[in-house]
Amino acid sequence: MKYFRLIWKNVWRKKIRTSLTIMSVFVAFLLFAFLSAVGKAFTAGEDLADAERLIVLEKVSIINSLPEAYKNRIASVPGVEAVAHANWFGGYYQEPRNERFAQFPVKPYEYFALYPEFEMPEEQLTAWADNRQGAVVGSQMAEALGWEVGDRVPITATIFPKTDGSMTWEFDIEGIFSTDDPRFPVNFMLFHYDYFDEARAHSQGSVGWYILRVEDGADPVAVANAIDTQFQNSPYETDTATEAAFNAAFAAQLGNIALIVSLILGAVFFTLLLVSGNTMSQSVRERIAELAVLKTVGFDDKTVLGIVLSESILIMLLGGLLGLGTGWLILEFGGMLPGVVLPSSSIVTALGFMIGAGLLAGIFPALKAMRLSIIDALAVRA
Amino acid sequence: MPQNLVDLEGVSHTYQKGKERVEVLHQLDLEIPEGDFVAVMGPSGSGKTTLLNLIGGLDRPTAGKVTVGGAEISSMSNNQLSRWRSNHVGFIFQFYNLLPVLTAHRNVELPLLLTNFSGKERAKRASIALDIVGLADREKHHPRELSGGQEQRVAIARAIVSDPPLLLCDEPTGDLDRETADEILRLLQVLNEEHGKTIVMVTHDAQAAEFAKRMLHCDKGTLEAKEAA
Repeated sequence: MKYFRLIWKNVWRKKIRTSLTIMSVFVAFLLFAFLSAVGKAFTAGEDLADAERLIVLEKVSIINSLPEAYKNRIASVPGVEAVAHANWFGGYYQEPRNERFAQFPVKPYEYFALYPEFEMPEEQLTAWADNRQGAVVGSQMAEALGWEVGDRVPITATIFPKTDGSMTWEFDIEGIFSTDDPRFPVNFMLFHYDYFDEARAHSQGSVGWYILRVEDGADPVAVANAIDTQFQNSPYETDTATEAAFNAAFAAQLGNIALIVSLILGAVFFTLLLVSGNTMSQSVRERIAELAVLKTVGFDDKTVLGIVLSESILIMLLGGLLGLGTGWLILEFGGMLPGVVLPSSSIVTALGFMIGAGLLAGIFPALKAMRLSIIDALAVRA
Repeated sequence: MPQNLVDLEGVSHTYQKGKERVEVLHQLDLEIPEGDFVAVMGPSGSGKTTLLNLIGGLDRPTAGKVTVGGAEISSMSNNQLSRWRSNHVGFIFQFYNLLPVLTAHRNVELPLLLTNFSGKERAKRASIALDIVGLADREKHHPRELSGGQEQRVAIARAIVSDPPLLLCDEPTGDLDRETADEILRLLQVLNEEHGKTIVMVTHDAQAAEFAKRMLHCDKGTLEAKEAA
């Protein structure tokens, strides 16, 4: 700690250069915060999946639907405790960019019985169940769009026109649900399947997928096999999988997010190393005589090495913590990406990157400082 | 009789220049007693600064033995020499070599960072050193805010802050006007006479050399005594 003032003063020797370097580190770690949060969000479904929940999809493609009539047949499979279904509606509120807030037609009580992690006042659930045009909305979506209970909201359909040809569906917001787990994205809307099925112009009697819970003690794999066997050779064969597998498959539709994130961050950090390495090289080159003076008055080689490396790490920490902190603030309070939070594992990784990048950027200039000959360095000045 | 603080026995120093070996110092013997103030004069390239570097443990002789304060420094490792320098010798350079990012006080405190003194104790000792050189009121100034003479005083304060017995000065007045140079030389005399510091000063300036107790003339790698005026 007694060297901190010296290290701090050296870091700020060229304020503009250091500020620009810190800005580049800031941007790199801001990007790291966003990308790791988004990457985590895409795979969060796998971590959060309930092992006792299974998803039944049409075998060929996730976008093909299944008959609603399958519900009772699925429910009768031994080991199945409860069944619900949902559809992808694919609408948006006011602007197409709001399509990120999904909407699903479901049957209220059946759906909520399968998702106990969603919390909503009982009277709101009842009010929704009693109003065919009613809808409930996740707290993150409600907050982002400024919706409150009692609002009437129009949703523009992109797949399902109404029987009268209109693309606008209106809903009464009857409730807002939330969860205790900040990783669980409550950024979607639920409305009545019965109203949806009656009012849509096509595909009546079909559902997107079934969700079911297996009984305690039942083997989920055996239950899944029994369901798929039942519908084998039918016009709509099924593929039953765990919720984790379903979430992973859903995320995979967008490509290998983890690989994309890694490639982008790899390029960013490589550039960062070049920028900060150059800063440290210049900094050492400019003060060869000063470093020689430090050695003259008794600073040994290791102490000089440590001082230069500490300067490099300090620059990384200043920019990195600023970038990571800003990223966290935006994700946490900015409301830009509901349900997307900075995972604590990413914070630890980022700290490791800061120290590692600081060491890498500083090691060659630090070795140069450590090895410099006092006589030669002072002779240059004289 | 005061004991010798510095003893050089048969010291030679050569360096390689291309394919040629250049001998800077040739089998030099030198004794400097405690409390002495020696001026070393001579033409450029005569080996004056090399001699100073050997006495200060910044370089090692090719042959011979350098003993300072009873310690044979010519056989010490780099790290041993670093530790030794921090306790036994203070350096004063022609161009002051202060760290521009630190205040006068922090520059003076620098050698004390290597000690186990508390921050408070370091600050106290740095203030005393600045007081001795007459710059107590310039503690918070950065080198760019000081005149050349003041910068050299700060450098002297830095050299004496850890209370080393030996001060090595390489052209300490080479960058100063006559009047300021004389002030610095008088300060060195005070440090020699009142604080008991042994001083070895390399200089081109005959007037500066007159402030010393004795003069040595260095030429072609050998030393010759001259009477001080």
